[in-house]
Amino acid sequence: MKTAPIDISRRNLLVGAAGLVIGIALPATAARAQAAGNLGAKAPEALEGTQTEKSVPPNAYVRIGVDNKVTVVVKHLEMGQGTYTGLATLVAEELDADWADVEAVSAPVNAALYTNSVWGGQLTGGSSGMASSFDLMRRAGATARAMLVEAAARRWDVQADELQVEKSVISHPPSNRSARLGAFVEDAAKLPAPDYVTLKAPSAFTLIGQKGFSKRVDIPDKVNGRAIYALDIHEPGLLTVVVARPPRFGSVPGAVDASRALAVKDVVAVRQIPTGFAVYARGTWPAIKGRLALAATWDDHAAETRGSEEMIADAAELTKTPGAVVGTKGDAEQALAQASEIIDVTYVFPFLAHGPMEPLDGYLRWDQNGAHARYGCQLQVGDQPTIAKVLGLNPNQVTIDTMIAGGSFGRRVQTQFAGELAEVAKAIGPGQPVKLVWTREDDIQGGYYRPMAVHRFRATINNGAIIAWASNIASQPVVKAPPSRFRYGVDPLISEGADELLYDIPNFRCDVHSLSGTVTTNSWRSVGHSHTCYAVECFVDLLLEKAEKDPVEGRLALMPPSSRAAGVLTAVAKLAGWMGSGPVNGKARGVAVVEAFGSFVAQIAEVSLDRHGNPKVHKVWCAIDCGIAVNPDIIRAQLESGIGYGMGHILYGDIPIEAGAVKVSNFDDYRALSMSEMPEVEVVIIPSSQQPTGVGELGVPTIGPAIANALARLSGKRQSRLPLVRAS
Amino acid sequence: MSQTIIVNGQAHVVDVDDDTPLLWVLRDALQLTGTKFGCGIAMCGACTVHIDGEPMRSCSVPICAVTAPVTTIEAVDGREAEAVQAAWIAHQVPQCGYCQSGQIMSAIALLRRTPNPTDADIDQTMTNICRCATYVRIRAAIHAAAQAVTGAGI
Repeated sequence: MKTAPIDISRRNLLVGAAGLVIGIALPATAARAQAAGNLGAKAPEALEGTQTEKSVPPNAYVRIGVDNKVTVVVKHLEMGQGTYTGLATLVAEELDADWADVEAVSAPVNAALYTNSVWGGQLTGGSSGMASSFDLMRRAGATARAMLVEAAARRWDVQADELQVEKSVISHPPSNRSARLGAFVEDAAKLPAPDYVTLKAPSAFTLIGQKGFSKRVDIPDKVNGRAIYALDIHEPGLLTVVVARPPRFGSVPGAVDASRALAVKDVVAVRQIPTGFAVYARGTWPAIKGRLALAATWDDHAAETRGSEEMIADAAELTKTPGAVVGTKGDAEQALAQASEIIDVTYVFPFLAHGPMEPLDGYLRWDQNGAHARYGCQLQVGDQPTIAKVLGLNPNQVTIDTMIAGGSFGRRVQTQFAGELAEVAKAIGPGQPVKLVWTREDDIQGGYYRPMAVHRFRATINNGAIIAWASNIASQPVVKAPPSRFRYGVDPLISEGADELLYDIPNFRCDVHSLSGTVTTNSWRSVGHSHTCYAVECFVDLLLEKAEKDPVEGRLALMPPSSRAAGVLTAVAKLAGWMGSGPVNGKARGVAVVEAFGSFVAQIAEVSLDRHGNPKVHKVWCAIDCGIAVNPDIIRAQLESGIGYGMGHILYGDIPIEAGAVKVSNFDDYRALSMSEMPEVEVVIIPSSQQPTGVGELGVPTIGPAIANALARLSGKRQSRLPLVRAS
Repeated sequence: MSQTIIVNGQAHVVDVDDDTPLLWVLRDALQLTGTKFGCGIAMCGACTVHIDGEPMRSCSVPICAVTAPVTTIEAVDGREAEAVQAAWIAHQVPQCGYCQSGQIMSAIALLRRTPNPTDADIDQTMTNICRCATYVRIRAAIHAAAQAVTGAGI
């Protein structure tokens, strides 16, 4: 197999086959170094349009064919959030391209070119795609435009500044000449890239933020079955692999009798790998059937023996003792010691699985010269070296084609899958292509989870004012991160959203206990905010009720009136016609607000109780301030999505563990929100000239507390243990 | 053992175990990969195809039970299919897109049976899971498609 240190996928090269293309050749080392330098620079405030920005090599980010096709190279995983469209919009805007000619492809692995400037590695996460691309991709589009305009000016022997570009047509009005971009790519490819380019002022945008412009580049193939995911890969000789893994966390493979499995038609081999026993077959069903026929034993000497109830009880005990202090103001302990009444509430959050519609799956083929993997890769920075290490290769001998993924919600942010993919390929030997498939049971049971968390809050109120607020959190670190990413010795993702409040409270303290455990954890849509927002927003709602304040007015009174948080709260109250919580005619309303991933969101949920006493959410109003709204319709879609996803988990999500093993396995007992439960959603986007910030995870944090706060007004009960609807 | 099935109007001879779910015959033997695997227990509907025109969850239909013609997302046609797919684009329904083949096959079957579905009809019939929760737009797109079909019929 042929591999190269840097590879553009075959799909990308097809564009080149249409003719000469700007930058079809990969950038020279010098250009890469230049790009790296640019990427390392702090993102400039480039919104005025009068500033000039250093150009970037356009070939790494956009290629234009003689057929006028504009191909944008996207460094983020398209998993539904719309990054293909979002980043392509940035390029098309500055290039003045015809949107009908624009397509997007995934970037190869190349840390110098495609590092996420927010996180410092090639990866997708933290709702950072737009924030880490807004200037970069616009510069790429502007650079390509400048080169094409220069080529046109030379050919027509006119001044470049007399040329106009609109919808991929370069025109020279004085001489009445015009031609499409593709006519100039051959000439433009011979020109040096300009040192500086001018970016548009927002008032000149024709795509960014425009109503009526909403068309996603990936949707046409997603309505006719043509979109290709890793599960859809086929090639001659391919073996499909499923792995039998131990039921308990921390357990390892013991022995296996594979004779019955090998007797299943089309099962080819069974191999032991570090994570279990791999069954190789010609087809998915024989592999699944073969796995069922395995007689495997597991070595449980290091296995987890506790269940989630014991883990929660242990964590709850810890929250009664001081931890690492991660936030402090005034003296909360002294204020509480002097208080006549302390409001003391403990919130409990279960482990949660991500459950993306497409379970983990991927393709890999390798030999001693290199490896080629194809899958929905979200963590190139970690996966490439992981695969290389398993196969005894150098990282630059591993190419990864990042394919579109059927959701992630954080699930693909770990290197364990890439490692297992390499292990199953290694165990069957070089030259044999494999497709590793996780079933839904594998996904729900063998998974990486949103960590269980316990929050204990204490507060005191005097004359209607919150005098002191102390919170104490016990949870596992979200990711295995180097200590350099830790703060005060603990993972800051445990307490984000709780260690600094949107509310001005004179005496404040936040403690964190970092739990160790064998249960594997990772990011889950909105990460720490998935529990801290519920805890903080339910607790402040309780305090405001005790202080006899309106939930909206009371929150606003605790924050600067000009703050962006106050802006979204005010906007959502206006959108919903807020007249208080109610209940009115059996429906009550709850509110919550959050700052996360640089954006601000407030939601109001209208809820009633059905005849079984279960919540029915009728409508959710949502206001977001995410800086410049690049694609308002995708922002709305992501908020609808986050609301539905968050709501499903707040109502039903629970990964119970007993004696070290997960007790649920599929969508029958790990319940997803259904069509009939989805509320109506109305979104308002706050106009802004700030740099764009996160959207993909932003619908999730506030929906839980908004629902719970409405339920509190309906039933008089405030539920502090999640999920809200617990299996009896 | 080998058996003949009719998929998208074409006869195919497949040589697989009798208990092989139709889903894996479509995906692995016929390489019709538009039909997706989501749960394997008929809960999520990502694998929905039409058998004799009826929406069926192909992950839970063994190949030996398939005696009627099968239609998949790759070949579904007719005015309901065209209207649903057009409405899915107009309403920008898909996000990750992985469940949408199944959603669309379910929606087409719904419109063929109930040309003007109410919200309650949609709630009852559209039980396919979408983890991206595109439900708001699926509902709107079904209503729009219904209008397009019944409007066109006048």
